[in-house]
Amino acid sequence: MAEFWVNMGPQHPMTHGLWNMRVKISGETITDAEPEIGYLHRGYEKIMEVREFQKNVVLTDRLCYVSSVTWSHAYALACEKMMGLEVPPRGQWIRVISLEIQRLASHLMWLAAYGPDLGLLTALLWALRERELFLDLLQLLTGARMNQNFPRVGGVRNDLPPDFDKYCAKIIKHFRGKLDEYKRLMHDSKIFRMRTQGVGRISAADAIDWGVTGPNLRACGVDVDLRRLEPYETYDEVDFEPQVWKGGDGGDSYARFICRFNEMRESCDIIEQAVKKIPAGPYRAKAPRRAEGEGFARTEDSRGEALFYVIGDGDDRPYRVKIRSPVYCTMAATPLMLRGNKMADVVSILGSVDVCVGEMDK
Amino acid sequence: MGAEEDLAKAVRERFPSAFKELGVVRPRVVKGVIDRKDLVEICFYLKEELGFAHLSCISAVDWKDHFESVYHLYNYKTGMTLQLNAWIPTDDPKIASVVSLWNAANYHEREAWDLMGVVYEGHPKLERILLPKDFRYHPLRKDFPQETERQYITRRKLKTGGR
Amino acid sequence: MSGALVSPDLFTLCKVLVGGILRILSDGVLAATPVGSPVEGLRGLGYFLVEDWLVTLLAWVVAITIMVTWAAAIQLLTIMWMERKFYARLQDRYGIMVSIWSLPFWPFSWWAKRRNKPTHRGLGYLQNVADGVKLIQKENITPASADRAMFHTAPVMIASSTILIFAALPFSEGFVIANVPLSLLFILATFSIAPLGILIAGWASNNKYSLIGGMRAAAQLMAYEIPLLLAIVAVLIYSGTLNVIDIVQRQEVPLAASGPLSYIPSWNIFSIPQFIGFAVFFVAIMAEMERIPFDIPEAEAELVEGWTTEYTGMRFGLVFGFKWLRALAGSALVVILYFGGWSGPVFTTLTPYVGGTAIPIPIIPHEVWFLLKVYFVFLIFVWISWSVPRVRIDQILNIGWKKLIPLSLLAIIVAAVFAAFGPYLGGIR
Repeated sequence: MAEFWVNMGPQHPMTHGLWNMRVKISGETITDAEPEIGYLHRGYEKIMEVREFQKNVVLTDRLCYVSSVTWSHAYALACEKMMGLEVPPRGQWIRVISLEIQRLASHLMWLAAYGPDLGLLTALLWALRERELFLDLLQLLTGARMNQNFPRVGGVRNDLPPDFDKYCAKIIKHFRGKLDEYKRLMHDSKIFRMRTQGVGRISAADAIDWGVTGPNLRACGVDVDLRRLEPYETYDEVDFEPQVWKGGDGGDSYARFICRFNEMRESCDIIEQAVKKIPAGPYRAKAPRRAEGEGFARTEDSRGEALFYVIGDGDDRPYRVKIRSPVYCTMAATPLMLRGNKMADVVSILGSVDVCVGEMDK
Repeated sequence: MGAEEDLAKAVRERFPSAFKELGVVRPRVVKGVIDRKDLVEICFYLKEELGFAHLSCISAVDWKDHFESVYHLYNYKTGMTLQLNAWIPTDDPKIASVVSLWNAANYHEREAWDLMGVVYEGHPKLERILLPKDFRYHPLRKDFPQETERQYITRRKLKTGGR
Repeated sequence: MSGALVSPDLFTLCKVLVGGILRILSDGVLAATPVGSPVEGLRGLGYFLVEDWLVTLLAWVVAITIMVTWAAAIQLLTIMWMERKFYARLQDRYGIMVSIWSLPFWPFSWWAKRRNKPTHRGLGYLQNVADGVKLIQKENITPASADRAMFHTAPVMIASSTILIFAALPFSEGFVIANVPLSLLFILATFSIAPLGILIAGWASNNKYSLIGGMRAAAQLMAYEIPLLLAIVAVLIYSGTLNVIDIVQRQEVPLAASGPLSYIPSWNIFSIPQFIGFAVFFVAIMAEMERIPFDIPEAEAELVEGWTTEYTGMRFGLVFGFKWLRALAGSALVVILYFGGWSGPVFTTLTPYVGGTAIPIPIIPHEVWFLLKVYFVFLIFVWISWSVPRVRIDQILNIGWKKLIPLSLLAIIVAAVFAAFGPYLGGIR
């Protein structure tokens, strides 16, 4: 049977974002794959050199537009490391709360996109309905639903609104019940397991070698969560459990799905603890206008390890900003995941990897 | 601070003359500055014997008198980060590729070539990844005009490569 | 048991109706042209209008029109509306809400006093009509490198073969166009012409994705024809006839002559081998109707729209809308074969006297029972469709060849054993 290259994308209803996946198929089986990215390249690293440190938060929000607080927070953390700035404790706790709410919103968006990939269109509407609740929480906290411009170098933009813990408690209580519903809809379904188990397998050694991080790596059985391994902010004072796939046959789409799904439960726990433990005090420290030095910060983004490397040379704007995006590195590993599977599995595998093209193409 | 000091000492003892500077900059971060010729040897030592299995990031920085290729390596077992700055002269922007050690370097080096113009010798497929395949410049270099300067360039000049 | 509204036969009813109208017309013409008037030549028209062959021809035309309108227009709109509302409620939203109150012209906008009320908050029945009108006014694009003749033939083939099913599919024992002795065979044969049309559409589009979709459709539909037919063979062992109306009539007999079981009709689903056959038939007909979980041929996640990618305008409307007509036919088959067709209890019968004869009108006639059961089965299909993910093509073929065929063969064997030795084993069925 002849082999030929098929383009899945860049215009495709179900590859979320603008990128092209070229797969070489022979019959129905994939023999090779090659992603073509760069359709959404906006030249971030260059334009961040022209703006002051604080103004760059507006830009970093839009790197991954689905999970904006986590990216701006990584940038702010890198600048603070460079300047040697210490964020007050209340600011750190507020950051933790906003990060976890944003992580929930991002994972729900992933769930809403993954269901229709497999044919389960009901999951789209249910997950987006729950995501609305968390976007409401974010709007209450920051004033905007997406691209909130919330973290600042030195803290956060504003304090928690009054009664925020009551709203959080109510929404999280409602959401935990819904998580059980999703479980019944998705991974209790035999057809779902048939579609995702054993599909898109990558071994742990390959994953570490190719730079895969985040839930994709934990699904292979490697116990790495940057919130535990290198705690930033106040993650060492909250009690949660990194979701690692236990059992031998990890690394497939089902394991990635389960790890990312269960992270949502852990995020609920973190938010509940954080709104109780938060101390009073200032929430923002004054950042110096000019800074010299270099610093980097790695954080556990919704999709993996996000690293910002900021160099300042005494001017009021960065000399060089380097953005390391987790999806960029996972994209390099997708040919390994795709080889040997059927063409109908492409969407299942790529959906479970959770691609966000904004951060991949910078 | 003990583990970082031990790491720095172990590396300095193994390569006494290769490092221009080597020291602990922050808790759990060791930074080393090297010249480009020792790169593969040091990386091999770090990966095989010290267990730095995760290559986070390769950045290319354009200081106007030299380039730098910055490697961020991470050890999952001890939680140490080693930042390796390799100096590259501007007129000969070549450096050895570490793809044979960490496959994660594949896409990072392609991006550094694409945006900065640093050639990584030994890379299996050094082509443009983010920019269009027929783009002629390396935009992240400091002599490529910033957006604040680009407003004064006519489209014809930009197409023909003028300032 | 209830009775049919349309009795004894759709054709007879139409003939009576048409004959009556033509006789009135003829009498009128004859009365308007008395002998000896200047328009006497028109008397021939009066005699012509009551010719038997004309009445029969017009009766057939009217009967076919009634059946096609009933099935392909009214029932199609109704089940599309039901599906869209039902799965919308599954997804926690209102669903389609365009109704006659959304029409922007008088009297719906002014007289109905809905000036300050939102217009798109109605029942939603007219949404599908609106979608049809939208598709009609779009451009029918033919790809430049497509095989024009086949490209244009394929939707016509699919649509016409689907409507052909309703030539023999009855909605009650009288509401049928053609009551042929082998009607079940005819229905299944016309049901299976559409896969050929799908394959032709996939090929003629000259598009890699459509071709893949068309071939997947051909593989899937061919694989599931066999368990479908084998399950029907099990039913045939019990009914002994391929005539659909007789199959239903045999299910109207009560289970036992007396006792509590005499209130339960002997529907085929209440017998053990037929239950196995029902399970097989249910899965196979879902695959034939290309519903999720078996809708890989037009899986939008992978292949844009699959084999219908290149179709636009009303051509797309035809193939897309007739998927629901096939769903109606499939549900009707399930009901006829396993759920006793149109039989159901009658609660009262009105007997008005018309012209000296008593005409019994059952309160819930056979047509209504049939429609209720068909809608119920259809809603089960919809419920399953919108709650489960899609099955991959090789897993679909796996299920079809390796799991359904042995089950259906088992059903046949058990049915044969029970049919032969049932009376000796205590009337087990």
